[in-house]
Amino acid sequence: MSNAVKAVKEPLFHIEKRASLPAWKAWAIRGGALLVALVVSCILSGLFLGGNPFAFFSSVFSGAFGTSTRINTLLKELSLLLCVSLAVVPAFKMKFWNLGANGQILAGCIATTACMIYLNGVVPPAVLYILMFVSAILAGAIWAVIPAIFKAIWNTNESLFTLMMNYIAEGLVAFFLTLWATDGSGTLNPIKDAMLPKIGGEDFILPLIVAIVLTAAMYIYMRFTKHGYEISVVGESENTAKYVGINVKKVVIRTLIVSGALCGLVGCLLSGAINGNISTSMHDGMGFTAIMVAWLAKFNPAIMAVMAFVVIFVERGAAFASRQMGVTNSAFPSIVTGIIFFFVIACEFFIEYKLKFRSKKKGGNE
Amino acid sequence: MALLLGAISIGIAFLYGCVGEIITEKSGHLNLGIPGIMSFGAAGGCMAVSIWMSWFPQPNGFTGALMIFFAIVIAMLFAATLGALYSFLTVSLRCNQNVTGLAITTFGVGFTMFLMEGVVDRTMFATASTFFTASLPFAGALGWFGEIFFSHGVMTYLAIAIAIISSWVLNKTRVGLNLRAVGENPATADAAGINVTAYKYVATCIGSGIAGLGGLYYIMDNLSGSWEYGIEAIGWLAIALVIFTMWRPNLSILGAFLFGGLYIAAEFITGVSFSDKALLKLLPYVVTIIVLIITSVIGKKETQPPAALGLPYFREER
Amino acid sequence: MEKTVALEMRKVSKYFGEVIANKDVDLTVYQGEILAILGENGSGKTTLMNMIAGIYYPDEGQVFVRGEEVLIRSPHDAFAQGIGMIHQHFKLVDVFTAAQNIVLGVNDGKKYKLSDINARVQEIADKYGFHIDPKKKIYEMSVSEKQTVEIVKVLYRGADILILDEPTAVLTPQETQKLFAVLKKMKEDGKSIIIITHKLHEVLSVSDRVAVLRKGEYIGSVETKGATELSLTEMMVGRKVELNIERSEPKDVKDRLVVTGLHCKNRDGVEMLNDVSFVARSGEILGVAGIAGSGQRELLEAIAGLQHLESGEILYHDPVSEQEVNLRDKTPLQIRELGVRLSFVPEDRLGMGLVGNMDIVDNMMLRSYRKGKSFFVDRKKPQTLAETIIEELEVATPGVHTPVRRLSGGNVQKVLVGREIAASPKVLMAAYPVRGLDINSSYTIYNLLNKQKENGVAVIFVGEDLDVLIDLCDRILVIGGGRVTGVVDARTTTKEEIGLLMTKSDSIGEIKAEEQTEGAENE
Repeated sequence: MSNAVKAVKEPLFHIEKRASLPAWKAWAIRGGALLVALVVSCILSGLFLGGNPFAFFSSVFSGAFGTSTRINTLLKELSLLLCVSLAVVPAFKMKFWNLGANGQILAGCIATTACMIYLNGVVPPAVLYILMFVSAILAGAIWAVIPAIFKAIWNTNESLFTLMMNYIAEGLVAFFLTLWATDGSGTLNPIKDAMLPKIGGEDFILPLIVAIVLTAAMYIYMRFTKHGYEISVVGESENTAKYVGINVKKVVIRTLIVSGALCGLVGCLLSGAINGNISTSMHDGMGFTAIMVAWLAKFNPAIMAVMAFVVIFVERGAAFASRQMGVTNSAFPSIVTGIIFFFVIACEFFIEYKLKFRSKKKGGNE
Repeated sequence: MALLLGAISIGIAFLYGCVGEIITEKSGHLNLGIPGIMSFGAAGGCMAVSIWMSWFPQPNGFTGALMIFFAIVIAMLFAATLGALYSFLTVSLRCNQNVTGLAITTFGVGFTMFLMEGVVDRTMFATASTFFTASLPFAGALGWFGEIFFSHGVMTYLAIAIAIISSWVLNKTRVGLNLRAVGENPATADAAGINVTAYKYVATCIGSGIAGLGGLYYIMDNLSGSWEYGIEAIGWLAIALVIFTMWRPNLSILGAFLFGGLYIAAEFITGVSFSDKALLKLLPYVVTIIVLIITSVIGKKETQPPAALGLPYFREER
Repeated sequence: MEKTVALEMRKVSKYFGEVIANKDVDLTVYQGEILAILGENGSGKTTLMNMIAGIYYPDEGQVFVRGEEVLIRSPHDAFAQGIGMIHQHFKLVDVFTAAQNIVLGVNDGKKYKLSDINARVQEIADKYGFHIDPKKKIYEMSVSEKQTVEIVKVLYRGADILILDEPTAVLTPQETQKLFAVLKKMKEDGKSIIIITHKLHEVLSVSDRVAVLRKGEYIGSVETKGATELSLTEMMVGRKVELNIERSEPKDVKDRLVVTGLHCKNRDGVEMLNDVSFVARSGEILGVAGIAGSGQRELLEAIAGLQHLESGEILYHDPVSEQEVNLRDKTPLQIRELGVRLSFVPEDRLGMGLVGNMDIVDNMMLRSYRKGKSFFVDRKKPQTLAETIIEELEVATPGVHTPVRRLSGGNVQKVLVGREIAASPKVLMAAYPVRGLDINSSYTIYNLLNKQKENGVAVIFVGEDLDVLIDLCDRILVIGGGRVTGVVDARTTTKEEIGLLMTKSDSIGEIKAEEQTEGAENE
């Protein structure tokens, strides 16, 4: 019996938690992971699609930046993703797993589209625009606050609840489409004359402005306001929050209203400024991608902008590159994004922990 | 009657995903990669079918049966590979489970699309599907009784068998006891000499493998071999079903049929408008939320999610 | 009689980052003995034992079991060597039954059948004289029942080296007696028992040998027979320590906080406070003594507005406005808004009093950030406060922007107490404020509390060390099982008197106590 363990070799290495790592080193590891991910995905792409990886890489670049239209699209999608990422930050910082950004965006889309359909021509355009914004923000906030209320009062699991709310929102969109798309096709023609005015004639400028303003605002909100401070305390330790007299329920509900409202705002941009209509997949999975962006950027708005850029760049670029090679579906962008996420997620381990290889000194071995 | 059969048919796809996810969650891992894993399993299974069909273009009873077996093995293998990747990231590297799961879904769905549209030859699927859907020989002789209980394809019975076996393993065996302990309180399990890491890996991989069969079943049996991107939605519903059945595989058999019924009810109820049908489709999600709320309000320990669900475990945490 | 070596450690070291937990420790345990490991809080006792139990892996050194070198990399390996540890924080799965917990992780080749397991568990219990219900779920159990489950769990695996980490911390004296009786039975059965403790009288009453650790290092071991409390203390602390806490006479004593008839239940519906009434006076330190978990936590939290009360009143006499305020069922925020100057140093410092990942400045803000109507927070004043506290209390920290979780225990406590005192309270409550602190830090805290008392603050001090309570406080409130069992004058009382009061809990406790004495008489 006593020999059983002795025969086993001692472990090659074991894992230790790091006391701390200088910030620059942490970011260097993250940057390195990103780079490795890009190289790996290029090599894989070369293998799968045939052709050489360098050609693939250059066509990724041209797909992202090749023409001014491509740059515009890139900026538009980047702005939207960044907005959603910023929207999920307050909730996540509070350790409230809001997986329902998709649904909250759609709620905003529904409200905006409803305004466009029912109020176009009824009220002056300026009023219509304001109503579109306001109703979208309200709808998003309501969609987020429902799970928040249950979480606050009964501690109902929020990640599962918000996840379900996504599908209810999608179902509601389908329902409204049956009402609004009178031709029975299930798709709605863009309501061009009710859309928000295009600034500078391009549809990327408004989202870009919103994204820039939101980035600054979110940074200030989280770092310098009492709300932001309360969110951090609740996220770090609910007990401490109660101890200092923070009304945790109130903070949870308030924060989710903010989170949902911003998602609703994105919905307004999507329906009111970009597409002019609504569809069940209008969120384009951004709610999920945004979670990954926000998480991997450690909720730092500036880094989030970079992460969002990388994701959109890869998605757009890979989509173009695979089209070039005769693949028309969106498979490749997903694969490459997935790979990048894997690497960046995995690198967090090396920031939090270190591997210690064993070199045990033998004591008392004479 | 048709509603019932339809409900069973689609419900089985949920059942695979649900049982797979329950096993994973019992080890303390909320795997949001299930939709991607189910898709990837389908891709693997379909690939196996297309390869088999190229070897035996006119399969007979024997090669047909072998094909099903081959497809099941490969589907499980594919799905378990993604499950292993998820385990590596969340167990060994202790990454955030939600974020990792979502990345797995993105990747899995993307890769599936690539395989199904670029690599797999789908021309023979309709023929292959007949082997998957072939009912038991004596079904016809038993009238309505036979139709309800014996008219399904082999994978239907496999799913029910897996659910019952899982339930038995979880509740009546040492392995199940150990696994539940890992999900409830990994530090305790560790101190009791249970290899927490191994349990988490194995549970996630087996769970993923089972979930992957759901994808294969959906394509080959429920859709009779036609390809469609609906697997992701099935995956999310399977996760909902886990909550609905309060982490009980045996209960999930009935739950799956109920969900299946709700899922297709819209097509069977005559005299309702398009828009009402759209609303009907929401029912499974609404029902799940209601169950979630009720269980959290009652707060009974036995109906709660595994206590350590979603939390990473590091033994030397001080 | 020839003694067989059961377990030996040679030059074992363990580091946590830069912190040395154990350094070159040698330790020998013989078969059929009870070895007490003695050491102050933070002397590395638990870490050392965790290495034998497979929770930690030693960085250096060797471990021998029955003369053969072994590698214990996991609890599984430990069990294979017949080593079992009963942790201070029980490692039990709440939703499982006692038997399910006991059998967890065991693979003895026998068929898994709960009825058989229940019977085997009962068999072990009968052999050593435990009371256990194998079918009871853990979340329905009392602390002492849970401990029994832990011990049976280890025995079930056939362990012959048992490690108990502070087993008596959560037990009443009667339960402790029972436990010791069981331990002695096991010893006679040939098992080796290691018991970690810092209670000297227990060491003397139960152990055969004592090994002493100090600051992670092995100091030596002695036979219990020849040892006295004094000699052990000397080994433990390294120098003679006379508790020499200055205590001034209370001045200007007035009722500040009048608590009457508090009743409260915890989440599981168990009554934690039962008709608790007392008065805390200005210019006085009121000590609260009791076995851990007798309701101290609930009492303080009730006053601080963190506990829902079934009934009772908490009246605060405002010294400025001379008005009375009832604090019952007020939230902490409402209490503050009423102008009640109440400070609270909770037991769980990083889990409740402070936010570990925030820096010292942000932690200072916890109490004050609400001030002013501005939407934005002001970090200037908290920064000044942080700097003052660091300087005055000699907090060892790289700077004001260091996250508090990186500070050592004593420094964390200084930050917390410093902040609570900075609010110039009229009532200051401190729960176990010196737990885990070295002697110097402890005295800093005693002085701070004394200074508050001299400033006319009503101080409530919840402590575990009776010597400290007797030397520091003016009056001592003793609670047992959620009831007040007595209030004594600290200047005239004795440890025995307090000890007696602590054990006089509820009626059930009394019945148990009677049984105990009867049993003792029969022997």
